[in-house]
Amino acid sequence: MAKYKEKVMEIVFLLAACVSILAVALICAFLFANGVPAMKEIGFADFLLGKEWRPGNDIYGIFPMILGSIYVTAGAIVIGVPVGLLTAVFMAKYCPAGLYKVIKPGVELLAGIPSVVYGFFGMVVIVPFIRGYIGGNGSSILSASVLLGLMILPTIISQSEASIRAVPESYYEGSLALGATHERSVFCAVLPAAKSGILAGIILGVGRAIGETMAVIMVAGNQAVMPQGILKGIRTLTANIVLEMGYAQGLHREALIATGVVLFVFILIINISFSVVKMRGERN
Amino acid sequence: MVASEKIENTKEINVENIPAMNTQTWKERLASYKRTPGSLAVMVMVLLASCITIAALLFLLIYILANGIPYLNADLFSWTYTSENVSVVPALINTVLMAGISLLLAVPFGIGSAIYLVEYAKKGNKLVKLVRVTAETLTGIPSIVYGLFGMLFFVTALHWKFSILAGGCTLAIMVLPIILRTTEEALIAVPDSFREGSFGLGAGKLRTIFKIILPSAVPGILSGIILSTGRIVGETAALIYTAGTVAAIPKDLFSSGRTLAVHMYVLSNEGLHVNQAYATAVVLLVLVILINALSSFLAKKIQKV
Repeated sequence: MAKYKEKVMEIVFLLAACVSILAVALICAFLFANGVPAMKEIGFADFLLGKEWRPGNDIYGIFPMILGSIYVTAGAIVIGVPVGLLTAVFMAKYCPAGLYKVIKPGVELLAGIPSVVYGFFGMVVIVPFIRGYIGGNGSSILSASVLLGLMILPTIISQSEASIRAVPESYYEGSLALGATHERSVFCAVLPAAKSGILAGIILGVGRAIGETMAVIMVAGNQAVMPQGILKGIRTLTANIVLEMGYAQGLHREALIATGVVLFVFILIINISFSVVKMRGERN
Repeated sequence: MVASEKIENTKEINVENIPAMNTQTWKERLASYKRTPGSLAVMVMVLLASCITIAALLFLLIYILANGIPYLNADLFSWTYTSENVSVVPALINTVLMAGISLLLAVPFGIGSAIYLVEYAKKGNKLVKLVRVTAETLTGIPSIVYGLFGMLFFVTALHWKFSILAGGCTLAIMVLPIILRTTEEALIAVPDSFREGSFGLGAGKLRTIFKIILPSAVPGILSGIILSTGRIVGETAALIYTAGTVAAIPKDLFSSGRTLAVHMYVLSNEGLHVNQAYATAVVLLVLVILINALSSFLAKKIQKV
């Protein structure tokens, strides 16, 4: 009887383990089954490279949105990576223990703040600021980049900090002993050794920025046109789905699901490169 | 002087207690920076970046709290939602319901699958690798893709309509990898001697898992659950097209209801109730801060054990 129970429970645990496999399979199946036919109907090239998105006339080109996602993500990286990386260096190599006890939870909190709150903050602070002091109407690539740069900070900081701390202390001490300053030791001996972990953090940040939806919708302007400048509005792939899914029907709806498929493929590529970088780092 | 006394007391020489030779006073440090302006510049940049990070966080918190707290009044917390009072209470109740449903679904599966990975699976098992890869994939999928999937599967294919059940199921898939990972870590942290002791006393595998291993892994598992709650509370994109945006307490599992984060999005999108949107943001922030604090409190408890 006891043996029987053991066996049954083992199978129950095995089934539980299979749930995440099942979930990924279902997500892939449903997204691709609903999105790919629409892509075929519109034409792969027309869909991916078409520069016009006019659902009213049955013209579905998502190239502006692809560019939009890439631009705001690039902007977020330009803003978030230097600040995040240097903050991580501060936390790992400069920060006194007392201050660390305050900063670390702060960074964790930064990661926990919901994206709508970020979006709202962007809407009431960043957008008016850019409208008032830099130009344009505020809802722009620049606002979205600044906000996303802030949002990916915790990802980059915690990943970089962990990989900096994982570098053996002897690297730093050896460099100091050779007469290098604290800064030179950290930046020329420790950081290069932590390279792959930092890169993995940046890739994670890219994934977060590309997938971010609500915050971007609230600050990016959402015009479905080709990007015209850093102070002009833009629509991302994620925004496209949320904004139009509410009323879309027929081919339009399927085209939006196909937009989701493109986003999903982007994320898969990012995920794979993340694991490759991480694996390479672990091997070294 | 103090250090040398310590060495005498402990008899064995502990390297940690020997005062470092390379500690500099502030004066020496400044002098060395004068010699190496490059290092000084780098240090200034490091300090600047950290200040930016901290300032951004503080500014965000203070700005929202300062603008929102004055509008936290009884109206905002009245029992039913009207377009006049834009009460947060139905949204709060929905949030609790949503968290309950998703955790009820995700926790058993997450813990069960972690138990399989840690306690049953043999090393180099192909299935284990597949589970890890899929769990990592799930972690990376953006919430809007979950939302799309939930809409296609739960809402359309299963005919659940926009309902808190559909939303809860979608979020359950979303937090599953979090629970799986934290539980796995907690189980791995349980020393093997616990297992050996239990087996040695004649307990079976199942009894060992439920009576010995799981109880010692509870803080880790709890902190994972709380982390998941934080994600659920903050989620918007995955819920708009699965749970819908009706601002009322749902009658049953199959009716629509907006959570606090969705409520916040709708409010700020309409732009009619900016002050109340601030106040809602305060409620949301306080909730998230509390959840975060609880999670790190538990995490500290694990380290002590």
